[in-house]
Amino acid sequence: MNWKTFMALLARDAHVARRNFVPLVLQTFLQPMMFVFIFGRVMVSSGYMTTAYKSLLLPGIMALSMIFTGVWAVAMPLIGEFQFTREIEDRLLAPIENSWLAIEKVFFGAAQAIVAGLAVIPAAWLLLRPGVELNLSSPLTFAGITLLVAFLSACGGLALGCSIDQAKIGLMFSMVLTPLIFFGCTYYPWSALANFPILQKVVLVNPLVYASEGLRGTLVPQFPHLPILVVLLGLLIFDVLFLLVGLRQFRKKAVT
Amino acid sequence: MTLAGIRTRELRKVYTSAPPLAAGGGFSFRRKDSNPSREIVALDGLSLDVVPGEIFGLLGPNGAGKSTTVGILTTRVRPTGGQAWIGDYDVWVQQVEVKRLIGVVAQRPNLDFSLTAREILLFHGAYFGLDSQTRSARAAELLERFKLTDRANQLARGFSGGMMQRLSIARAMMHDPQVLFLDEPSAGLDPQTRLLLWEIVREYNQSGKTILLTTHNMEEADALCQRLAIIDHGSMIAFGTPAELKASVPGGFLLRLRFGAHSPELFERLKLLSGVREVRVNSDADGDNGADVYADRGGSLVSEIATLAAGTSTELSDVHILEPSLENLFLHHTGRSLRE
Repeated sequence: MNWKTFMALLARDAHVARRNFVPLVLQTFLQPMMFVFIFGRVMVSSGYMTTAYKSLLLPGIMALSMIFTGVWAVAMPLIGEFQFTREIEDRLLAPIENSWLAIEKVFFGAAQAIVAGLAVIPAAWLLLRPGVELNLSSPLTFAGITLLVAFLSACGGLALGCSIDQAKIGLMFSMVLTPLIFFGCTYYPWSALANFPILQKVVLVNPLVYASEGLRGTLVPQFPHLPILVVLLGLLIFDVLFLLVGLRQFRKKAVT
Repeated sequence: MTLAGIRTRELRKVYTSAPPLAAGGGFSFRRKDSNPSREIVALDGLSLDVVPGEIFGLLGPNGAGKSTTVGILTTRVRPTGGQAWIGDYDVWVQQVEVKRLIGVVAQRPNLDFSLTAREILLFHGAYFGLDSQTRSARAAELLERFKLTDRANQLARGFSGGMMQRLSIARAMMHDPQVLFLDEPSAGLDPQTRLLLWEIVREYNQSGKTILLTTHNMEEADALCQRLAIIDHGSMIAFGTPAELKASVPGGFLLRLRFGAHSPELFERLKLLSGVREVRVNSDADGDNGADVYADRGGSLVSEIATLAAGTSTELSDVHILEPSLENLFLHHTGRSLRE
């Protein structure tokens, strides 16, 4: 393992992200903030939803922002650089095993997801207040879950980015990300699916469920949520699975 | 610092799906087609020995296997069989060590479009562990050498093809590699820039570096390379210095003739003309009656050939004289022009 090269690869991604700071911020925050405004403010203040929904919504929005940011940060550059511009070739020739380049991408994507997740909390809190009741009783568990969610998003991005053809990006959003988001317990708790027993079981294969429920369980534990142990196990399994699939696909793409 | 050469033994590459454009790109989500009839043999047992410190050329038409060879030697294409070494390192066992030794200019530009020209060089240097002072100095020097200084702080995305090519070559030289691979380096360059490139390549070679370049331009191969391998359909068909190779063509001159009618008698008589070494008849069913005459003189033969043709009542309809060149060599071995 060559740390100098690894750090230089990270520095390159950080440099490019700095250069694209404004579009990056808009892309990360615009959609979740609009959602927070409409559902947390408009719907609540007009009486269609109770005040409690504000607190319920915040962890879901955080999970959503993290997943979206991480997947986007890793998958989109990979799809373009491997297939269209081929600009990744120079980095594949850097003196480091090819897999480390994939791991570098995962680290960078995870870091971006953490920044997005942590920035969403105060932003949403400001937009929603008053009435948001966050109860961070176990900061360590929260940190652990945040970290696992960040890596889930970045590893998922790696697996997706290395498996999907450039021409099918649109399909990726409509067929993969949209159902993931809507059946990911982001806008409602998992327990709310109790009236749909089959669906409630089926959504358990959706990794976003563990992300939303985990953040709900640590930020607003007063609401019903999946047991933390189940959440940790679910996140860990999906992290490892996506990382292994992603690395395998990456190595296949890196060498003809 | 040890000098490094290049060696390959019985290198073989069979593509089961479509071969990549210039070896290294073009991916598909579709399942690989395992139908053996779709197999394309890109390299068929290629063995090369490039001596440390020489400029070695791979000359051949498009699809001959040049880019695949470069792809394998630069860790980007996995060989189906055979072995390859850069210096003492087996390319497919010690990839990281090999990557340290080599600089690569791919056939198609693959610059980092999110960066400026200077940043491309600086980050490339950083990947290879150069300290920041060395990086800045070397980047400035290369930008100047390749006449890119005034565009150094602009994004490479907006560069013209020629500028991208120059920047790609500068980038490949940034970490001062022992072995430099140039895949069709002068494609898309104007004649002036091509001369600049040749000068830079010679200069780089004089500092003891090994250079392997591929080209289908004989002039370039002749001007730059100390030794050449001519490849076609994935195998080597000739090998040597440009002078040796040119001398190996019977006579050196090639007269491509075309006649109004097919006359075996005329072809027999052509062989008897003084200075004629070999006559190859290439008549075909379409009534195209041609012959390639290899001889040690060119223009002075034409009137004698015309007289012979008139004597057998055959009209001489076209004459094309080729001076001694690598093109003639390729024609002699394959019956096809490099440009075909």
